Amino acid sequence: MDLTQTSATALLSELRSGTCSSLELTRACLEQVERHDETIGAFLRVDAQGAIDRAKSIDQQRAAGEPLGLLAGLPVAVKDILCARGVPTTCGSRMLETFLPPYNATVIDRLEEAGAVLLGRTNMDEFGMGSSTENSAFQLTRNPWDPERIPGGSSGGSAACLAASMVPLSIGTDTGGSIRQPAALCGVVGVKPSYGRVSRYGLVAYASSLDQVGPLARTVEDAALLLEVIAGHDSRDSTSAPGEVPRYSETVSQPLEGLRIGLVKEHFGDGLDNEIAEAIQEAIRTYESLGATVHEISMPHATYGVATYYIIAPCEASSNLARYDGVHYGYRTDTRAMLQELEAERQQLSPDADEDRLDSALVRMYRRSRAESLGEEVKRRIMLGTYALSEGYYDAYYLKALKVRRLIRGDYDVAFDQVDVIAGPVTPQPAFRCGEKADDPLSMYLEDLYTVTANLAGVAGISLPCGFTREGLPIGLQLQAAPFQEEQLLRAAAMYQAETDWHTRRPPLA
Amino acid sequence: MTSADYEIVIGLEVHVQLKTASKLFCGCSTRFGAEPNTQTCPVCTGLPGALPVLNEQALELSLRTAVALNCEIPRLTKWDRKNYYYPDLPKGYQISQFDLPMSQHGWLMISDPEGEFEERKIRLIRAHLEEDAGKSMHDEEAGKADSRIDLNRTGTPLLEIVSEPDIRSPRQARVFLTELKLLLAYLDVSDCNMQEGSLRVDGNINLHIPGPQGVIATPIVEVKNVNSFRAVERAMHFEAERQYECWQQTGERLGDVPKQTRGWDDKAQVTRAQRHKEESSDYRYLPDPDLVPPVDPAGRVESIREQTGELPAALRGRLQQQYQINAYTADVIVNQGRPLVDYFVELAEKSGNAVLAGNWIQQDVLRTLKEQEIAIEQFSVPAGSLAELLKMIDAGQLDNSRGRDVLQAMLETGAVLEQAVASLGIEQVDDVALDELCRQLVAENPHVVSDVQAGKQQAVGALVGKARQRNPNVNPGRIKEICLELISRLPPD
Repeated sequence: MDLTQTSATALLSELRSGTCSSLELTRACLEQVERHDETIGAFLRVDAQGAIDRAKSIDQQRAAGEPLGLLAGLPVAVKDILCARGVPTTCGSRMLETFLPPYNATVIDRLEEAGAVLLGRTNMDEFGMGSSTENSAFQLTRNPWDPERIPGGSSGGSAACLAASMVPLSIGTDTGGSIRQPAALCGVVGVKPSYGRVSRYGLVAYASSLDQVGPLARTVEDAALLLEVIAGHDSRDSTSAPGEVPRYSETVSQPLEGLRIGLVKEHFGDGLDNEIAEAIQEAIRTYESLGATVHEISMPHATYGVATYYIIAPCEASSNLARYDGVHYGYRTDTRAMLQELEAERQQLSPDADEDRLDSALVRMYRRSRAESLGEEVKRRIMLGTYALSEGYYDAYYLKALKVRRLIRGDYDVAFDQVDVIAGPVTPQPAFRCGEKADDPLSMYLEDLYTVTANLAGVAGISLPCGFTREGLPIGLQLQAAPFQEEQLLRAAAMYQAETDWHTRRPPLA
Repeated sequence: MTSADYEIVIGLEVHVQLKTASKLFCGCSTRFGAEPNTQTCPVCTGLPGALPVLNEQALELSLRTAVALNCEIPRLTKWDRKNYYYPDLPKGYQISQFDLPMSQHGWLMISDPEGEFEERKIRLIRAHLEEDAGKSMHDEEAGKADSRIDLNRTGTPLLEIVSEPDIRSPRQARVFLTELKLLLAYLDVSDCNMQEGSLRVDGNINLHIPGPQGVIATPIVEVKNVNSFRAVERAMHFEAERQYECWQQTGERLGDVPKQTRGWDDKAQVTRAQRHKEESSDYRYLPDPDLVPPVDPAGRVESIREQTGELPAALRGRLQQQYQINAYTADVIVNQGRPLVDYFVELAEKSGNAVLAGNWIQQDVLRTLKEQEIAIEQFSVPAGSLAELLKMIDAGQLDNSRGRDVLQAMLETGAVLEQAVASLGIEQVDDVALDELCRQLVAENPHVVSDVQAGKQQAVGALVGKARQRNPNVNPGRIKEICLELISRLPPD
């Protein structure tokens, strides 16, 4: 039995029955990383020793008959954006290259309490800004289905490590599609929970009103299990939702009677790849064969989703990222060189010039530190947001975007009165080639076309494998459900998965 | 130049540090004076990923204050981020309230016990809740010295109270602040300690100068760094005169130049222009997405009102009514704060003579507090004991000055009333002895007798003085009474 090819749910029974140990499993995962990650580049850092120690201790606890958590002994990879005490948390940025958080994110606490073996940190677009993981300051991550192509982003590392069978489970974050899009492009399952379902405490903020932590896995059951562990109210996050979390892992395999599926006609317009459109139609037919009814619905404001998102997210980002100023932690420019540079500029000034035209040392330190340590895309979004929030522009951009956001939520409310889930594509195209869109931010932004509205409205969404292109690239099916209807969402997804074998296919790794 | 040449227009911004055990959005202590950076956590130091959670107590204290300041409390309020860069602001923004503050449109009545101005209503634009920044100590010149930052204060809850420009003199500014501080003390929402920065004041001031073409307004100046109420009064005085001179020289009017910020130099007693290069302040406010709007603050007003005790203005009126003391006395007592009011009430009730109680508090008690630099809570004579003393005075057993000796003995030795009276050798002089003493005095002083018989009643005072020299414990009133009685029975010369 190849442990790296086995689902988390199946591995748990192996671990419980003693047919394998967490140590064996962890070693198998580490070997797979060793073998393939030089090519794939999913991990920024692997904590091999820490993982082995942790696995041994879980095995000992199991042998001693101690009570164990839901994930006891399972290796989990974590996107490098969740703070863990004493563990480098870079967010894919030079700015935080040396940052060691003194505290744990709530999700990290919950994973540890559940007995997870935290194997390492996955690559990502800097601060979650990007759709290809090419915006990482540290390395490229390649799509295991075709190393010439990107894995999607921003949680590209978390999706690629699953597709390459390096771990059974991983954690990503989704602000505009950052879990679902890489999951789709890598042929794995990814869930963006409803806003407030999972605590954001310790998640380094990109756009606070949109960010959610979510699970990635190779099966819907595994994603349900991981979501169950990380979800729930947290008194340290004012935006986290109160109330009990359903036992997703226990209900996920129960099919839904009379499932009503909505198709958004706007989703099947220009720009959608034909093969993807066909795969989605085929998936809908599968649902119909299972007794589901299909309803055409309209989301009249969905077309403004990307525009709205690219106002709101950068506005919040410009404020959230203001703290990276080189004063208290993180990257700081070489201050001696900076002071020399200022002095040289002062010398250059004509005697009657106003010295106020020069930066103060403090301002120059801010400018240099940020200029040297933040990437192009991050700077672009900070500038977009700063501009949109400026006096005289606020009403025309930010305020208007908030109004459109409310209309989009209204579209969803109407839709969910008629249907249980909305089905559609995740991305307009399959995985593109590395560098292909590097100079075209607008076409990169359109990657988020089908995913951003879920973030804007706070609804739940999932991406699951539903086919392959003729070139052999994975295609994802997106389902969305009303806020806090993750149980329905997961059950609807599992119904489809039970009828298909797309999720069982693995890329031929070199 | 006289003040008749112009009208002074002042608006004040007051930052009040609320008396909460922990900070506005985290659990760190707000205690003053701890070692730098020992009262901090990931939230108040703005570490990546940390999130704020509202301290409900801070909102409660703010609402209590706003209600007492007659503010309107809205159904919806929210938190906004005020974005600016400064090293003592670790998040790069301050959590504050922008367009939907937790209270608006209030007022505070002020009146001058010294009668310099008529009672005035000072309207308040708003009062909102926000977090404090940290403290920087640094050398402005680059490279000359290290800058140091203490984040203990970061995240401390502040209530910002902004007045309309309804204040018309430096004196009114001071009285407004005194009355506000008193109110805050009654509400028990702040320590109001200016030295520790728990109360901070900025003043906005300009002049309205009448001229042939109508009234001319001078440019508004914001005066910062005023560290006492007296400094506010002086800074406003200085600034008014400076602005008038400046106007005479330059003719600059409101709108001609950008708003200037000046700092008060208490040593030199002048305001100085502050260099504010980055003052093109566009704070790019946005609603804080990490926090949820507080639930229906307007709905909490009634219960807050019920829980709020009697406030200074109402209390002054009630004391006058209920105890028949005059406005001045009521003012003095109420202005000392609730504990002194409680002391007065107990003293008045137990002694049965509120006017006497008022006088004793104004004179003896307050003088002692001042001399000993203590508050009424530390005053060693309980109201019940002092009331017994006042009863003796009221009954004519002691005169005021002898009573003072008794109080002094109680304060110095910690003796109870009876001991103090005994230690001074005070005993009740019986009527027979009094009578005997008066007969002697009348007999020994025929010139006094003839003066009194000639209609100069006050001449009997000389006999009272002599009586007290012979026995300090005699009741002067009784001596006077008996002597006059004896003289009236003598045949005229």
